[in-house]
Order: sequence, then structure tokens, then C-alpha cells
Amino acid sequence: MVLDSLVRVVFHSAMVLALYLLFAGHNQPGGGFVGGLVAGAAFALRYASGGLDDVRQTGRVPGRYFVGAGLFVAATTAVIPMLAGGDLLESGKLKLHPPLLGEIKMTSVLAFDVGVFLVVVGLVLMIFGAFGEPVNPEVPADPTEPRRGETRAR
Amino acid sequence: MALLTLGRSGDRRLFAAAAIPPLATVAWALARAGGILDGTAVGESIPWVRGLDLSLDVRVDAFSLVMVLLVAGIGVGIQAYAGRYFNADTPDLGRLAGLLTLFAGAMLGLVTADHLLWLYVCWELTSITSYLLIGWADRDPDARSSALQALLMTGAGGLVMLVGFILVGQAAGTYELSEIVASPPSGTTVTVGLGCILVGAFTKSAQFPFSSWLPGAMVAPTPISAYLHSATMVKAGVYLVARFAPPFADVGFWRPTVLTLALITMLTGGARALKQTDLKRLLAFGTVSQLGFLMVLFGAGRSEATLAGVALILAHALFKAPLFMVVGVIDHQAHSRDIRSLGVWGPGWAGPRWVAVASGLSMAGIPLLFGFIAKEAAYEAFSHHAGTGELVVLAGIVAGSILTFAYTGRFLFGAFTDRPVPECVNTPVADDGSVAEITSASAAAPSVAFWAPAAILAAFTVVLGVLPDLGSRLVYGAAAALDPTVESSGHLALWHGFSTPLLLSGVTIGFGVAMVVGARRVAAWQTAMPTMAVGDSAYLGSLRLLNQTADRVTGIVQSGSLPTYVGVVLVTVVTVPGVALIGELQGQTLPRFADSPGEVAVTALIVVAAAAAALIRRRLSAVLCLGAVGYGMSLLYVLRGAPDLALTQLGIETLGAVLFVLVLRVLPNEFRERATPLGRVVRLAISGAVGVFVFIFALVASGARTARPVSDEFLARSVSEGGGSNVVNVILVDFRGFDTLGEITVLTVAALGLVALGRAGARGLTIHAPDDDARTVPGLKAYLEPRDPDRPRLSDLRRRIGAGRSDEGEPPS
Repeated sequence: MVLDSLVRVVFHSAMVLALYLLFAGHNQPGGGFVGGLVAGAAFALRYASGGLDDVRQTGRVPGRYFVGAGLFVAATTAVIPMLAGGDLLESGKLKLHPPLLGEIKMTSVLAFDVGVFLVVVGLVLMIFGAFGEPVNPEVPADPTEPRRGETRAR
Repeated sequence: MALLTLGRSGDRRLFAAAAIPPLATVAWALARAGGILDGTAVGESIPWVRGLDLSLDVRVDAFSLVMVLLVAGIGVGIQAYAGRYFNADTPDLGRLAGLLTLFAGAMLGLVTADHLLWLYVCWELTSITSYLLIGWADRDPDARSSALQALLMTGAGGLVMLVGFILVGQAAGTYELSEIVASPPSGTTVTVGLGCILVGAFTKSAQFPFSSWLPGAMVAPTPISAYLHSATMVKAGVYLVARFAPPFADVGFWRPTVLTLALITMLTGGARALKQTDLKRLLAFGTVSQLGFLMVLFGAGRSEATLAGVALILAHALFKAPLFMVVGVIDHQAHSRDIRSLGVWGPGWAGPRWVAVASGLSMAGIPLLFGFIAKEAAYEAFSHHAGTGELVVLAGIVAGSILTFAYTGRFLFGAFTDRPVPECVNTPVADDGSVAEITSASAAAPSVAFWAPAAILAAFTVVLGVLPDLGSRLVYGAAAALDPTVESSGHLALWHGFSTPLLLSGVTIGFGVAMVVGARRVAAWQTAMPTMAVGDSAYLGSLRLLNQTADRVTGIVQSGSLPTYVGVVLVTVVTVPGVALIGELQGQTLPRFADSPGEVAVTALIVVAAAAAALIRRRLSAVLCLGAVGYGMSLLYVLRGAPDLALTQLGIETLGAVLFVLVLRVLPNEFRERATPLGRVVRLAISGAVGVFVFIFALVASGARTARPVSDEFLARSVSEGGGSNVVNVILVDFRGFDTLGEITVLTVAALGLVALGRAGARGLTIHAPDDDARTVPGLKAYLEPRDPDRPRLSDLRRRIGAGRSDEGEPPS
């Protein structure tokens, strides 16, 4: 119960941290990959407290969509400069001046980093989906001993 | 290609569309024929792989022109014929039409290629497409195994031939066929290379001892047999020999080998054709025999023989394709090809009968038909030289021609004699497996359009037979292209005066008639002879041997033990690059041990944790210790001023530990199996060696730097170009962005694989079952032998895994 409450608090902070890492990555320690890992760890916490269902509810979207979207975003970012006549993965800069926040520098590689982030998060979610199901009581303790009547394949 | 995708729906009209490309080719060839025959070859070169000096060199000289006309011209006929041969409701017709077109394309590429490697590519393309065509009826195990046999034999021959091409090409310094022929290289390399090329040519053209695949290939539908196995593909080997013989026939082994084997082919093929009762198989063996004949003529490498060969290659295509087509017509209408059950013909059959008679007599070498002209030329070629070898060859081809005459008689009388069908004959079974209805009523007469293509081709035979001079420009031009010593302005003629060839023709016809008349006696005599079907058994034997060897090797190499695999990999790593590293060790100095006491402490922590991970028996604890090693590493990174690396390492270690736990839930708590003392020693030794190797590697690698580190430049350009001050991240997403893109793609694929693995594991589909059965991989055996119905098919498995991947997948059965 304590763990459960704790996780609920920590999860969101962890997600914020992950996003911070993602966006800060260009100038400070961080980046898409690390951010994705932190987000993945946050999901791992959810898993530890609430099991697979909790992860599924929080994530809502299956992991493979994350992976697909991430790959798509990254690839698109990589290709768009080519369409505009530049080189593959050429980056552009954009300076925004929203009120209160001061100057924000945006570069197109941020989108690329977002793609990396999504792929990593999706990968973690997929692994949970694949291996995180409750242990089937029928599975024998020693998997090197094949169950009779099982199908074999090569 | 488009036809292939057009599909399975299949419409007979597709064949009409498929006839357009060969028709266009014929038109092109005829348009250019004048110039080509005058001796100017048309050529074009398109660079392909520059690094390998590989280009698509196309060169059409007069001989290529003959082949192009044959391939494309008969292709048109076949497509028109196939449109009638198949019923409209036959499935997969689109695929068939597309494959035929594709095959024609490959064949045209082959006969026009001027670059040896490009020729090889086309060669293998014809092998593959013919495999698909023979195995077109893919539900029929016979068709599949015959197709496989053809593919294996021609494919293996092709590989040997590739070796030959490379040897000859390297020796000549060029892969241009025309240049090699113009200035032939010599030496041992070339001799070996030529031997290899001959092997390829002999397998493709079904020469002894590789002839067993051709009769087997007759399981294909008749249009395919008519096209591939009479007019085109089997001529590829002959074509190659024809190209290589004039300059290389004087190389020591060439003439004895080629002529002997080709004569054997001619004689055994003819003899076996005499035994067949299936019309199509009869023709198939006849084709083998004729290919032997062609091989004799071209293989001799003499100008006159080459000339005769060109005439015969033309004649053979013109008479064999119609014969096959007529057999197809008979098969289609009467549902049988068995000599013993055919025999009552209605009024509508006069057309096909005349086509068959004309073509057959041309094959037998009766005057006034083109086959006679070709045969006369062949006799002529070998009757001038007085050596023993020539006499043997002459005797051989005369004997072969007598056999040809005899089996032609068997074919014609067998197919088209009106006679009561004997009752005792077993009910023949037609190709589609339905029991044929043999009634006393005659078979339904075929439509004119059905046999018209055959008739057109047969008309050429007759016209060229009566007026051979029409073809002389083509034949002489082609022969001159092969062998410059041939006068390109010669003339083919029907009447040469009283000469040896005429006498020999008379002998041929005389003995042939005798054999046809005394067919019964010949048959009795032949049954007394031992059978010579060594080819098939040799093929099956070698296949079985290959399977057994593969089984055994797999059993040894793939032991299925994970520690063994890991051990082998590690030992390889240590020995191969490790030995090289030792030499580099000279002059390396040890780096400073540590910069701060903190580093010493952290290193000590790592060492302890690593040792613990190796010693602890509980899996979970071992994993945690490994995690401790990782955390220690990230601490080290922090101490050395690399926060990015540390962060990443931290994240990975955390997640890694969690995922490990996920998997460990299903594994037993402790490492159960203890290695034997010897095993432990071995493992210790390997681990120690790997440790030392990594140490040395790091040492050498850090000491081996000669250029300025690339990181300096990255540091300098990071803010200005990458727009970020975190250089690690800028490297990842900008300077090395392409790498990262590749990496996340790999991640995605890995994720998919993991999910599939997880699903398979959850369903109990063990990828490896450690019993004996799993060690023997089902190889070709599985294709050759009927499948065990209890064994799940791979496709089932794929479907199940595929179903598992989508969440809505059906529950496992």
C-alpha cells in the first residue's frame, strides 16, 4: 500500500524528469535515450506496484505504437531536409520568445530526439507486454525440460 | 514482370499479352537482320557494378541473331499455343504466362550477353525460371521433385561454370566474350576453366551423364516442355559450346571429351527413346539424343561442323517444338499420351497429323525437309577428314541418326495409326490425375487455332527444306560469326550431287526403315539389354549423401548447448584478434592507475561485485551483483566527468535489473547444474583469457591513436553547427544522427523479435527441443518424402506467431 502510494507520486515526477531530460538534452546532460530510459524505469515502478494491468492502463497505447511513431518521427525528421534540398539529417534552428520563459532555442534535432525517446519507451513497454504476464502456473519450474506433446519448430 | 503480379486470377487472354514482348523482339531482330548478317554486330554496354568491372554488355552478332529469332519466334508460337492448351478455369495462368515471358527474357539475355558474368546471371535466371515452370503444378509432388532435380543439376553445373568463367576471364584479362574468342588465352588455368565451363554446358544441355533431369522435367505442362526443353533452355549449353569451341577446340582434352560424351548422349538418348510408350517422354529422350548431335557438331570446333550445327539448331527447334505441340494437342483432346492407348482418330485430325508427319520426317532426315539439309551438312562435315577419330564420329552420328529415324517411326506410327485399342492396356492416367476415358469413339477434334502455331513452325521446316537457299544467308552468317574461317557467302543446297553424305543418308534411311519395320524385334532385343538409367540413381544417391552429411555436420556444430556456443565465440575472439594484438603490445606503457582515491574505491567495489556475480549461486543475487558492477561503472564515469554516459548507464542498469527479474521469475532460483571440475577449469581459463584480452585490447587501442581525436572537432563545432552545448547529445542526434537512426531501427526490430519470442515462450512453442529429433534439421528430405502429418508445418507456426503478435489474435488451439 505504501509502495503503491509512493509509486503514484514518484511516477509522475519521474515522467516529468524524463521529459526534462529529453528537452534539456541538447545543452545539458540528458537526451532522448536517457529520457526514454527514465520513463521506462517509471513504468517499471508502476509494474512493480500494480502489475501488468497497471502499466497497460497508464500507457493506454500499446508499446508497439510508441515504437512505430518514434521511428516514423525520427525518419521523417531525417528525410525532410533532403526534400528541402539539404543533406540528410541537416538541422535547422528556431528561436522562440514566448512570454515569461525568456528565449527558447529549438532545433529540429529535438524532433529526432523525441523519436528516439518514443522508441525507447515503446521498447520497454513491449518487453513488459511480452514477458511481464503473470507466471503461468502450468509452466514447469525448469523450462529446459520440454512439456510433452508440445510442438517443435525449426 | 507485370504479368506475374497480374496474378493468380488468370485469364487465357494473358497469353496474348505475354506474346507481345517476344513478338516485338522478333520484329526488332528482323529489322536489324540485314546489318547483322553482313558482319556488324549490334552492341551496347551499360555499366553495372563499376568496382567489379561488371557491365551489361549486350552484343548481337549473326549467331546470336539466330538464337534470338528462335527464342522469340518460338516464344510467340508457344504463347499463342498455351492460350489454347489451358482451360480457362486453370488456376495460376497469369503466373505461368509471366514466368514464360520472364524465362524468354532471361534466355534472350543469355544469347546476347557479351560479358561472361552477365551471361552467368542470365544462365542462372533461366535455371530458376525453369525450376518455377517445371514445378508450376506445385501441388504435384512429382512436379516438385522433378523441378528440384532440374534446378539442382543445372544450378550446380552453373556454379562450376562460374568458376570456369572466372578462371578463363582472369587468364584472358577480360570478361568480354567477343574479346576472349578473338584472342584466346592459353595455359593450365584456361584448360581447367574450360573443363568447368563444359560441366556447366553439359548439365544445362542434358548431356551424358547429366541427362537424367530432362525426361523428368516432362511433368511440366506441354507448352512449357515444348519451349524450354526443345527449343530454348537446353540449347543454352550448346550455345556456350558453340561460342567456345572454335578457338578452344584444339586444347588437349576438348575434342576427345566433348565428342565422346556427346556421342554417348546421342546414342543412349536415341536408344532409350525407342523404349518409351509415353509420346512426350519419347520426344524428351529424342531431344537428349539431338542435343548430343548438336554437341558433336559444335564441339568439334571445325568450320564445316559448326555450319552444320547452326543448320541443325535451327532445324531442331523448328521440328521439335511442333512435335511437342502436337503431343500437347493429343494429350489435351484424348487425355492420354500413351502409344498403347491411342489410335482412333476422327476427321478433324488431318491437320495435326500432317504437322506431325512433316516435323517428324524432318527429324528423321527425309529429303525435301529442312532436317535433311542439316543432316547432310553434318555428314559432309565429317566425311572429308580421313583420321580414325573422324570415322568414329561419323559412324556415331550415322548410328544416332538411324536411331532417330527409328524412334521417329515409333512416334508417328504410335500416335497416328488407326487401330483398335487393345483391351488389356492399363487405364492410363492423365496429368491432372483423372482417369482418362478411352472409348472406342475417336477423340474430339482440336480446333484449328489450337494447332495453328505448330503448323506455322512446321511450314518453315517444309519451305526451308524445299528451298534451303532462303536460309543460307542466316546459317552461313551465323557460322561465320562463330568461326571466322567460314565463308559467309556460301549456300545451302538440296542437291549436292552423288557424294558420301548422300550415300550415308541412304544408309540412314535404309536401316531406319528396317528398324521401324522390325520394331517388335528391336524392342525384344532391347529389353534383353541392361538398362542404362544410371543418371537417376546417381542423382538420388548423391542427394541422400548430401543430406546425411548435412545432418551429421549440423549435429556436431549445433550442439544446442548455450555454454558451448558462448565458449566457442569467446575463444574465437581471444585467439584470432588476440594473437594479432600481442604483437602490438611492444612499447605500450601502462596508464596511470588512478587519479583520485574515489576511483580506487569504486574500482574495488566493481571488482568485488563482479567476483560475487560469478560465485553466487542464486540467480537473483547474481543479477543484482551485475547491477552493482554497472552502477560502479557509472560512478566511475561521473568521477571522470562524463555525466551523460553515467546517466545512460544508470538508466540501463536499472531497467536491465527489472527486466532480468521479469525473466528470472520463470527460471529456477539457483543455478542447478554444476559444471564438472574439468568444465570449471575450462570456463575459468576462457574467462581469464577474455579478461586479459579485453585489457590488452583497451591498452593497445588507446595507445594506437595516431590521428587527432575526432572529438576535438566535435567540441568545436557543437554549438555553431549542432546548436547545442551538450556535445554528446549533439553527436548522437546530429553529427552521428544517421547511426542513431540505424540504431533505433535495430531496437525496433529487436523489440518485435522479443515480443515474438515472449509469445512463443508463453505458448510453449519451444524453439529448441533437446531431443535427438531436433538435431536433425529437416532438410531436402522433407521435400522429397511425404510429410509426417503429425508434424506441424512451418506455416502453421508462422500463423500462430503472427496471430500472437496482434492482440486480437485467436487463443492458441
